[in-house]
Amino acid sequence: MEKRVRVLVTKLGLDGHDRGAKLVARALRDAGMEVIYLKFQTPADVIRTVIDEDVDAVGVSILSGGHLTLLPRLCALLRENELEHVAVIAGGTIPREDYPALRRAGVATVCAREVTAAEIVDCVRRCVAERDAARA
Amino acid sequence: MADADSVHEVKRRLADWEAGVVAHQPETKAVYQTDSGIPVKRLYTPVDLAETDYLTRIGFPGEFPYTRGPYQTMYRTRQWTMRQVSGLATGEETNARLKYLLSLGQTGLNIVFDMPTHRGYDSDHPIALGEVGQCGVAVDSLADMEQLFDGIPIEGVSSSLIANATAPILLAMYIALAESRGVPPEKLTGSIQNDVLKEYMGVGTSYIYPPAAALKMAVDVVEYCARRMPRWNTITINAHCLRENGISAVQEVGFALANAMTYIRAGVERGFSVDECAQRFSFHVAADNNFLEEVAKFRAMRRLWAQLLRDRFGARDPRTWMVRFSAQTAGRTLTAHEPENNIVRTAIQALAAVLGGVQSLHTNAMDEALGIPSEAAARIALRTQQIIGFETGVSDTVDPLGGSYCIESLTNAIEEKAAAIIDHIERLGGVPRAIEKGYFAGEIRRVNQEEDEAVRAGTKVVVGVNRFRMDAADTRDIEITKITPASEQVQIERVRGVRARRDARAAEQAVERVGAAAASGDNLMPALVDAVKAYATVGEIADTLRGVYGEYKELYAY
Repeated sequence: MEKRVRVLVTKLGLDGHDRGAKLVARALRDAGMEVIYLKFQTPADVIRTVIDEDVDAVGVSILSGGHLTLLPRLCALLRENELEHVAVIAGGTIPREDYPALRRAGVATVCAREVTAAEIVDCVRRCVAERDAARA
Repeated sequence: MADADSVHEVKRRLADWEAGVVAHQPETKAVYQTDSGIPVKRLYTPVDLAETDYLTRIGFPGEFPYTRGPYQTMYRTRQWTMRQVSGLATGEETNARLKYLLSLGQTGLNIVFDMPTHRGYDSDHPIALGEVGQCGVAVDSLADMEQLFDGIPIEGVSSSLIANATAPILLAMYIALAESRGVPPEKLTGSIQNDVLKEYMGVGTSYIYPPAAALKMAVDVVEYCARRMPRWNTITINAHCLRENGISAVQEVGFALANAMTYIRAGVERGFSVDECAQRFSFHVAADNNFLEEVAKFRAMRRLWAQLLRDRFGARDPRTWMVRFSAQTAGRTLTAHEPENNIVRTAIQALAAVLGGVQSLHTNAMDEALGIPSEAAARIALRTQQIIGFETGVSDTVDPLGGSYCIESLTNAIEEKAAAIIDHIERLGGVPRAIEKGYFAGEIRRVNQEEDEAVRAGTKVVVGVNRFRMDAADTRDIEITKITPASEQVQIERVRGVRARRDARAAEQAVERVGAAAASGDNLMPALVDAVKAYATVGEIADTLRGVYGEYKELYAY
């Protein structure tokens, strides 16, 4: 039986613009994944939920421009807690020139430009499968 | 609008014409409808308006039911206010942007605050990390407001302050700033958004307290302004943000008016007459892509509100019957791919707002799908309005599309459907109960899923994205404005400096008086004005109020 993917979809920081995040959360759920959705989370809050809920991936949506501060902080905390196997997937208003810095910081992929919810579902599946293969 | 015999004849000829068309002219779409799902006919004729009485339904501008505009001569007497949303980094940087836009011919100010300010946290609070000054200006204390308006004569320009949960605090700062310059509140013109209900309906970006407390604070502002600030708009009912979050044009009209009704009822409960309460409301809506529907939306909303206020609420002053609009072009239609195309989208949306009879307008910058507007993009956005206003001639006559069979038919349809939405919300128990029941969240979810599916299927076309898409290699990015961590640090030092320099005891006592006013149910505004004058910070005041009112737990309903 195919593994049932568990994913946390979250709005990091004080940015409440949640239209995209909710749409993605719903699409992941409809695709058969187990979804936890939380808003106004600090990186430390996310770590707690990752451990509590044993998720495979964290989808982070940031539209406020804080991505270059908040995402590296989240990835560093994941490493500190030996949770590197959890894939961080970023979306929102993120200029392409920032993608390399985010990847270097540990973000698995940035899925932020003109993608439909269905494409994001595929992206999450792929990222989780890659991480699982790397661990096996 | 035409006599019965001629309508009858048109009807007969139309049937023949339709029969011929259907047989011989293949059409490209299976379904023709507006974004709200109103069917769009092949052709509109006098038959569609046979039941529409000109004098009572369309009438004259400046007269009930205001379908053709709130003022008699509209733009022939006064152009709409060109009011670009601005807010980036610190007070100095935003001040420079405001002066730049004024130098280019902008005619009003429109200030947006950053997320920590919206949510009532100071810039040095750990939760503000990475977001200080990012998508708005950081304002922690009166010192920031002073810098923001440095060298700008606030008695001579109208200001819109985009604030909701922290609206009373930020308005208090604006009043304190004016008084420090010898300008009494009575002379101030402008508006505070102060539409906190829409945050709970589904915007979800700048709430703090539970809805009942938030509504109480909003009415405090209305009450204070009614006594002290006769030229100030006390609530800007904001349907635009809900639209950005995923509702239709028809829902925009219905939700906005249902929201306005809630504030009126709260005001009446406070002891106001309907006229005293609602006279200084203004309305903020989106100008989206579906051009004809958008033009009709403004007209339908004016007519519906005039009827509701006069006939259902018994308002007696014609000024209360009039919707005065501000509009913003639709951020959700902007694409990250080929951002220059956004200039074209914005221009067409702005034209719809103008043809709808808007009083003030913000046009989005082409780079807003990627970041906050660069100076160059902000300039083009303002120029777009100026070209519409001064080159095209569309403002030379009042309501130029009035009388169009199509526009009047869509105006009728939007009014009818929006009225049905208001009735539905009333049956749910009004806006606060409908929020608790998840009605708005459910509608937003439904509309977004439908739209996402339509984009995926290609039935909704987004040029350069799902149609006519270039290879990624062929697209290039434009330069994006970035707020650096260094400016966050500057702002953190600044708020700490303010706390160190002020009379700490005076500030502390002033904040305590805000808490006492909240606990006793008094109007918060006088205590807030005193507190901000003592350089109490947004975070300190908001924290005290959190202690009294508690915090809201959002219903996600994704």
